[in-house]
Amino acid sequence: MSATGIGASVKRTEDIRFITGKGHYTDDINRHGQAYAYFLRSPHAHATINKIDASAALKAPGVVAIFTGDDIAADKVGGLICGWMIHSKDGSPMKAGAHPALAQGKVRYVGDHVAVVIADTYAQAREAGEKIVVDYGVLPAATDTATTAKPGAPQVHDVAPNNTVYNWHIGDKAATDAAFAAAAHVTKLDLINNRLIPNAMEPRAAVGEYDSGTDALTLYTTSQNPHVARLVLSAFIGIAPEHKLRVIAPDVGGGFGSKIFIYAEETVCVWAAKKIDRPVKWTADRTEAFLSDAHGRDHVTHAELALDVGGKITGLRVHTIANLGAYLSTFSSSVPTYLYGLLLSGQYNIPAIYCEVDAVYTNTAPVDAYRGAGRPEATFVVERIVEIAARQLGRDPGEFRRANFVTSFPHQTPVILAYDAGNYGGALDKALALADYKGIGARKAASAAKGKLRGIGFSAYIEACGLAPSAAVGSLGAGVGLWESAEVRVNPIGTVEVLTGSHSHGQGHETTFAQLVSQRLGIPFENVSIVHGDTDKVQMGMGTYGSRSGAVGMSAVSKALDKIEAKAKKVAGHVLEASEQDIEFKDGKFTVKGTDKAIDFASVALQAYIAHKFNGQELEPGLKETAFWDPTNFTFPAGVHICELEIDPETGVTTIDRWTAVDDFGALINPMIVEGQVHGGVAQGIGQAMLEGAVYNGDGQLLTASFMDYCMPRADDLPSFRVETIETRCPSNPLGIKGCGEAGAIAAPPAVINAITDAVGHEDVAMPATAQVIWRAAQKAILKRAAE
Amino acid sequence: MYAFTYHQPNDVAAAVALLDEDAKLLAGGQTLLPTMKQRLASPASIVDLGKIGELSGISREGETIVIGAMTRHADVAANAAVHQAIPALAALAGGIGDPHVRNRGTIGGSLANNDPAADYPAAVLALGATIVTNKRELAAEAFFHGLFETALGEGEIIVKVRFPIPQKAAYQKFRNPASRFALVGVFVTQTKGGARVAVTGAGASGVFRVNALEAALGASFAAAALKDATVPAEGLNTDMHADAAYRAHLIVVLARRAVAAAG
Ligand SMILES: Cc1cc2nc3c(=O)[nH]c(=O)nc-3n(C[C@H](O)[C@H](O)[C@H](O)COP(=O)(O)OP(=O)(O)OC[C@H]3O[C@@H](n4cnc5c(N)ncnc54)[C@H](O)[C@@H]3O)c2cc1C
Repeated sequence: MSATGIGASVKRTEDIRFITGKGHYTDDINRHGQAYAYFLRSPHAHATINKIDASAALKAPGVVAIFTGDDIAADKVGGLICGWMIHSKDGSPMKAGAHPALAQGKVRYVGDHVAVVIADTYAQAREAGEKIVVDYGVLPAATDTATTAKPGAPQVHDVAPNNTVYNWHIGDKAATDAAFAAAAHVTKLDLINNRLIPNAMEPRAAVGEYDSGTDALTLYTTSQNPHVARLVLSAFIGIAPEHKLRVIAPDVGGGFGSKIFIYAEETVCVWAAKKIDRPVKWTADRTEAFLSDAHGRDHVTHAELALDVGGKITGLRVHTIANLGAYLSTFSSSVPTYLYGLLLSGQYNIPAIYCEVDAVYTNTAPVDAYRGAGRPEATFVVERIVEIAARQLGRDPGEFRRANFVTSFPHQTPVILAYDAGNYGGALDKALALADYKGIGARKAASAAKGKLRGIGFSAYIEACGLAPSAAVGSLGAGVGLWESAEVRVNPIGTVEVLTGSHSHGQGHETTFAQLVSQRLGIPFENVSIVHGDTDKVQMGMGTYGSRSGAVGMSAVSKALDKIEAKAKKVAGHVLEASEQDIEFKDGKFTVKGTDKAIDFASVALQAYIAHKFNGQELEPGLKETAFWDPTNFTFPAGVHICELEIDPETGVTTIDRWTAVDDFGALINPMIVEGQVHGGVAQGIGQAMLEGAVYNGDGQLLTASFMDYCMPRADDLPSFRVETIETRCPSNPLGIKGCGEAGAIAAPPAVINAITDAVGHEDVAMPATAQVIWRAAQKAILKRAAE
Repeated sequence: MYAFTYHQPNDVAAAVALLDEDAKLLAGGQTLLPTMKQRLASPASIVDLGKIGELSGISREGETIVIGAMTRHADVAANAAVHQAIPALAALAGGIGDPHVRNRGTIGGSLANNDPAADYPAAVLALGATIVTNKRELAAEAFFHGLFETALGEGEIIVKVRFPIPQKAAYQKFRNPASRFALVGVFVTQTKGGARVAVTGAGASGVFRVNALEAALGASFAAAALKDATVPAEGLNTDMHADAAYRAHLIVVLARRAVAAAG
């Protein structure tokens, strides 16, 4: 391994600019003559718009234009789309209500977009916005996930009776029913997967610009996938044909899924820029981020696990109500279905699974993919119910899991996925040793002696990453393929630019992708630069989400590098006057087999461009290759996390004492970056388990609309993590990579709740398990013990 | 934020002269400026107290600690005289918000604002402090009037606060995990006059004293004296962060811990 090649913990190149304040974010972009947009948002969760009177606002200082939904519709610009078609069990397509960029006739959640005011300054736009008089007919709101589909609930969209988007199912119902009929033991569980608000550090922002000279538009936007944004804005919303629309996602300060989607604001900014022939800029404030970024999770679930006399799992039955909010966001329909139901086998050999999901509308912000997206929800179901089953059967939770682990590969689950490689027992062994599981009894006794309760919780998670084989997702309803692209441009002096369709918004692509190139071409790491985030520079690509950049994005780079190597060998053959077959490439040098004739990579690059040593008709000059990589399977990162914590039963205050993570991410490009990804993911998972939760009241007002009420995890809420890995290479991509970006957020919540319930001795602990929740649970346990 | 006129007077009299019903005093700005940014407040003029030297500073005058209204939380937290005389007060100031907030926020601003979850009101009430304004002196009991309401009238500015030095004192704060304000905060003191227990964060109408706990501690200033004590949940806050019953329970636990910490 070289100091900068694959497997080296190279410090992140991009951090120099981020740490010294030289990052260049969308809000840093200012275009000549730019005007500012202010979005007038609905204060009501559900109301008809009877009239919008903007006459006073139009006269306010600095106002350039005010647009409403009618203006957009008059321009024949379409609404926002959901790009994944789900069919209900009865075969009917999902019932998607219209999603205009600016409301037409009705608002459906607090924060919904009523009008846009464009003015010379942001302050003027906002001030004018307050002068718009909207006559609302306020309607009762449907806000509760569990009851929104019940008869009599307020209706969010006329096209979706009973607020039901779809009733989806997966698995074999008859086989599952049979497993339960024959079961020796059945474990049941009701749970809520709490709604989360993503809160990327950088709020969303957009600058739309129109060039009347070329009739072309440019959109600078906080996107995880600028090409997908361009495709949607062009082909579906109808802003402009793709060759007349450039989308640039410069430095992006975190996304966690929330910047995958194509939102109203960027659509309106780019559309309005042409309307007024001036650049239009918008940057969300934090309140707008809380109200209008797509939220995550929000499930109500009942699950049942069937077991035989020996404690082998024989069946799993799950019913989930998934709240998708007021409109279907870009990929929302796929999250509680194919990213959820398919993961319900966990790391276990479960012969029969049947899962039903009712996706519902409510008068709340749209819900879509958020770090983990469906997989944390599935893992929470599986790892909670498996834990409870082990406890009910009096089995050690680690050994009970081990007895049910999948041990031979490939393994076909009953819910589509075929696991290709893994070593679940190996991860468990290592985690048990690192966590000193043998010593837990003594540590519990020591805590008890201090009047404290200590608990330990396991989470043996699996996720499907490397999204995804295009034909497979197409057959499941995806509107796009999920391949990735790369172009490798070798310059005449041998430096390299890689243009990737992946997008970095914190992940460190500029470092890890360069490590791959440095290793493969044997050139200095500093000689490689990574270009991403601009549709005019980079060929069509699918972007970054679902832990796909390594497994899919780097595989595309690897494939392009194969082509570069093949072409360079041809050039080297001519230069060294040897047959191409006799050329060997190693450590940056081309040699002729069995001779000492050699030429380095940079010299070959130069020869490829000056093209003096070969016939330009037989061999094209230049050294630049493009590749599209379409994966053949998902990848299956998996691992075991163990949480150990101590509770003060007098207050419920809980301190996580140890966190042990043993993850199998396949091959690691940069172990330091991987560890950072696990830290961030676990922090978010602990946040979900103990601190975070979006709360709407019955009127549909978001009560947690600021950091004063919505609790993001902070450093002092978290323990020092023990993060280790094991490695089984992924067989379906050339680099053996599985992906690591979401694992922590997927693994952590059940580990925490299993530890808390272990400590308090019963299962009734909801997320977020705040001190009050834990105190109540501890009190109940103490009363129960006293009564026994 | 809406446009406003900015004034920066050099003494209290000049500040008072600038006050009318559309004017607001600006101290550390930690509450006022966010409120203005959210357009919940729109004063026509701002009277910045930052240049009035007589409003800042900490001194010991016999058996009292005197803190100027414009004294920052960080300065109270770091002050040697406060550490020596009322360490609980220094600790309280050092536990407010974060370093940014402590370096801007002031005791006068905190008391004038009377946020029901703020820390200083508990100290002022439990220590029996006197609030000195440009017009009069107010006992703590007379100063706090429910949520965000005080006895301060038109044209009245807090100048300083006088804290009698107690025999013993301690503050226990149970933080709201999101805002880090007090979900419940309990300040206990022992003085020649007896024990006091003041509670912030929990009361539906702001900071208050708990007579039953004070009586028990008056008899014996020891944690054991509160062993079986309870506080009724009536009159306490229920919100999305905690309900009244949990707050009532925490008051007793924190009072016990505070007494133990007071030594
Ligand atoms: C993120 C954050 C966290 C915080 N955490 C805590 C916490 O944990 N505990 C806590 O107690 N507080 C907390 N605070 C509040 C903060 O510490 C300040 O005490 C509070 O904001 C008011 O003080 P200020 O000096 O900033 O006053 P300002 O915001 O300037 O003024 C507040 C009000 O008081 C009036 N006023 C100011 N000075 C005077 C005066 N001398 N006479 C009369 N009226 C006056 C002003 O006109 C205004 O109405 C927090 C604030 C923030 C922003």
